[in-house]
Amino acid sequence: MQPISTKPTPPSDDKRWRIVTATMRRHGFRPDALIETLHSVQEAFGYVDDEAMRFVARGLQLPPSRVYGAATFYNYFMLKPQGEHTCVVCLGTACYIKGAAEVLEQLQLLTGVKPGETTPDKKVSLLSARCMGACGLAPVVVLDGEVNGMASPEALTAKVEEWTHHD
Amino acid sequence: MSVVTLKIDDRDVSGRDDETILEIARENGIVIPTLCYLEGLSIAGACRLCLVEVKGSSKLLPACATRVSEGMEVSTQSERLTHYRRMIIEMLFAEGNHICSVCVSNGHCQLQDAAVALGVDHIGVPYLYPNRTVDASHELFGIDHNRCILCARCVRVCDEVEGAHTWDVGARGIEARVITDFRTPWGDSDTCTSCGKCVQVCPTGALFAKGKSAGEMMKQSEFVQYLVAMRGRQS
Amino acid sequence: MIEERPLYIPEQNIVLEHNHEIDPEQLDDYFKIDGFAALNHVLTEMTPPEVIDQLSRSGLRGRGGAGYPTGLKWQTVAKAQGSPKYVICNGDEGDPGAFMDRNVMEAYPFKVLEGMTIAAYAIGASQGFIYVRAEYPLAVQRLKNAIRQMEKHNYLGKNIAGTPFSFDIDVRLGAGAFVCGEETALIASIEGRRGNPRPRPPYPAEHGLFGCPTLINNVETFANVAPILRNGAEWFASIGTEKSKGTKVFALSGRIARAGLIEVPMGTTLREIVFEIGGGIPDGKAYKAVQTGGPSGGCIPSDYLDVPVDYESLLNLGSFMGSGGMIVMDETSCMVDVARYFMEFCMSESCGKCVPCRVGTAQMYQLLTKIVHGDATLNDLALLETLCDMVRTTSLCGLGQGAPNPVMSTLRYFRDEYIAHIVEKRCPAGVCPVHKHVQQEVSA
Ligand SMILES: Cc1cc2nc3c(=O)[nH]c(=O)nc-3n(C[C@H](O)[C@H](O)[C@H](O)COP(=O)(O)O)c2cc1C
Ligand code: SF4
Ligand code: SF4
Ligand code: SF4
Ligand code: FES
Ligand code: FES
Repeated sequence: MQPISTKPTPPSDDKRWRIVTATMRRHGFRPDALIETLHSVQEAFGYVDDEAMRFVARGLQLPPSRVYGAATFYNYFMLKPQGEHTCVVCLGTACYIKGAAEVLEQLQLLTGVKPGETTPDKKVSLLSARCMGACGLAPVVVLDGEVNGMASPEALTAKVEEWTHHD
Repeated sequence: MSVVTLKIDDRDVSGRDDETILEIARENGIVIPTLCYLEGLSIAGACRLCLVEVKGSSKLLPACATRVSEGMEVSTQSERLTHYRRMIIEMLFAEGNHICSVCVSNGHCQLQDAAVALGVDHIGVPYLYPNRTVDASHELFGIDHNRCILCARCVRVCDEVEGAHTWDVGARGIEARVITDFRTPWGDSDTCTSCGKCVQVCPTGALFAKGKSAGEMMKQSEFVQYLVAMRGRQS
Repeated sequence: MIEERPLYIPEQNIVLEHNHEIDPEQLDDYFKIDGFAALNHVLTEMTPPEVIDQLSRSGLRGRGGAGYPTGLKWQTVAKAQGSPKYVICNGDEGDPGAFMDRNVMEAYPFKVLEGMTIAAYAIGASQGFIYVRAEYPLAVQRLKNAIRQMEKHNYLGKNIAGTPFSFDIDVRLGAGAFVCGEETALIASIEGRRGNPRPRPPYPAEHGLFGCPTLINNVETFANVAPILRNGAEWFASIGTEKSKGTKVFALSGRIARAGLIEVPMGTTLREIVFEIGGGIPDGKAYKAVQTGGPSGGCIPSDYLDVPVDYESLLNLGSFMGSGGMIVMDETSCMVDVARYFMEFCMSESCGKCVPCRVGTAQMYQLLTKIVHGDATLNDLALLETLCDMVRTTSLCGLGQGAPNPVMSTLRYFRDEYIAHIVEKRCPAGVCPVHKHVQQEVSA
């Protein structure tokens, strides 16, 4: 076990690890910084993989299984890289009442993947969320961060086909 | 800390106010079924088998996690409690893939024992037939997730008594599984000391020592209370 | 990012301040709505017991769901042995059809933080946390900004407003787990662990964050604190019903003409909310039910539209106040499918620690799926009801205990729809695949 003051060595000289280390330092490398640190990994890299978990476990001096257990408990953390584009379908109650299931079905057909998965060509990740706080616009789909209210399966098809078809 | 008197199943009993209903019941020879509880480990309150009725409370309370208080009146047996306890056992059988006849723990399994004691003679809920795996990568031990009831005794003994914290729980809900390290094979673990404590405290045949055939796996978990008591004396 | 604008301007607004245009990023703007007047007054002229007494007499009850009396909770933490003490604001807002707390945090961050600071003074805490779901980046950004500005103006930090009282607040992010709204799970999460609830007692008031006495209140609860201390307990207690005081913010959505956020006095009827404020059901369709209380709540049919909305009357109707989601449904919604929707939610949000919730929600979800597909028998329905009772009675935390509620409430008011699916193999609303099933058979 290394003393608390030594800063853990990052897995590579990728500068983004500094952000992660800074988060751990800000919390004094205490165990309760785990969730905040995983957030900073995801923010910096887009996902939390085994390598990152190893680094965080060493940095916070936590058992590996505790880090893995927490990372897989919280849906927000992605264990794999996401596609070039993301498509988040809201499955909150208001969106469900307004037909989100059909929207999702359409997108599943179109992309050939289930929520939480990425197309094999790494173009599109299909994701689901529970209420985007825009229930008045239900059903809501967020395409690359942009909120689309009153989403109809037809309108979405055009957009997603654009992503999947051209290079 | 003070001494309190209470009634369990209409018997007058007494104990310290930092003791739980379960502890006092056991001191007095009153049997309350448990699965996740193990003397010496921290309390999980997870299996819900030890729920009892307490006069004045509309909710059922877990005996393992509820402290006694002066004048408390506890019932540990009733038709209602038996009904719920049976359902919990049925759910555990339906949740995993328990093929007792080929299990190393057949005849020495605490899930089986609880089922027999509660008179569970059939499973009234549909089997879920989950897709679960076996990890036999460890030199001495193995885990068959099909028989795991997620009591987390292995997690607690490895952390609290052995100090290795090789086990934890990964994912959540019906997908939750006990995992070693980064859900990496147990045999590759850097943290496991191969002490075997987890195997001994596992109530079912999920954790086993290699080389045992059906029905041969006998487990000894009393060492936990002993170790914890000894350490308490030293410090 | 979309900001919801309140659509209705009531006589009485306590939490939302529709009548003022204020910039949520500017501390100076907060003065326009009497910002920090309550905090200044409390710190210089009131003792902690006096603050708690005001809160108790106001009749304020927790807005996070169960309606526990706020004054009483503060008093318990104030009396609890142990230090340090913590204040936590629950901004996890996990109900999948509610966005009140999001709006309050985004539009009135100073108000929430002022409430927390007053609470800290009253109970003797020196550190606070506000736990916000990561899905609300704008709320997080505004809260962080507000905390910085308050520190700069000495409304947070050492010796606040020149008094001996010191208090700091940090933001903590949730990470996509509904169960982390449950207080013991929330504490585990702030401690950097899996969000597994643990048995209570001991309650967080005695044994909370890092084992210390901890006060946990909801965002809207804290937003009510400064107005109460500014205007007095009697003023607040004069609004609302006998047992539910003040106003409540609701997120109105679903099959409704005007969806959005509203703030109404407790005791306003559902009819007023749905038909007057919300403008009724669009497209000439008929009202069927309103769902309140989210995944632990229930559906209220038209017979009860004139019931005043407060904690007790919703419970009597088999529903639940919850945090304030109100989803209106018309004849195009199938109540069995609605129940299945919520069960799917509870199943995938179950932490998996206790057996009844982990396995029971999966079992109930399977049975409901069987029913909507027209594959179930009346025995399956009986088993579903047995499971509802068992999961509700034996689960460890409120998630499991509440999970059967949407099923039980739809069985109570719309049993005929279940029977139609099971016996007649027919979905009265024409939503469920059972319908297609039969049609296919007919055409084949
Ligand atoms: C499964 C579950 C989810 C909850 N989610 C929330 C939530 O998102 N926000 C909230 O304020 N309270 C939530 N609660 C209630 C909290 O546990 C707690 O009672 C509340 O934050 C206390 O604050 P109050 O007294 O101000 O209402 C939830 C409870 C349960 C059981
Ligand atoms: S053998 Fe010992 S160290 Fe290894 S996992 Fe089991 S309890 Fe932990
Ligand atoms: S492996 Fe055994 S001890 Fe560990 S959780 Fe499963 S049943 Fe319990
Ligand atoms: S009721 Fe559900 S969420 Fe709550 S502890 Fe049990 S499994 Fe976890
Ligand atoms: S339910 Fe989809 S935005 Fe609220
Ligand atoms: S023994 Fe008490 S809950 Fe498992």
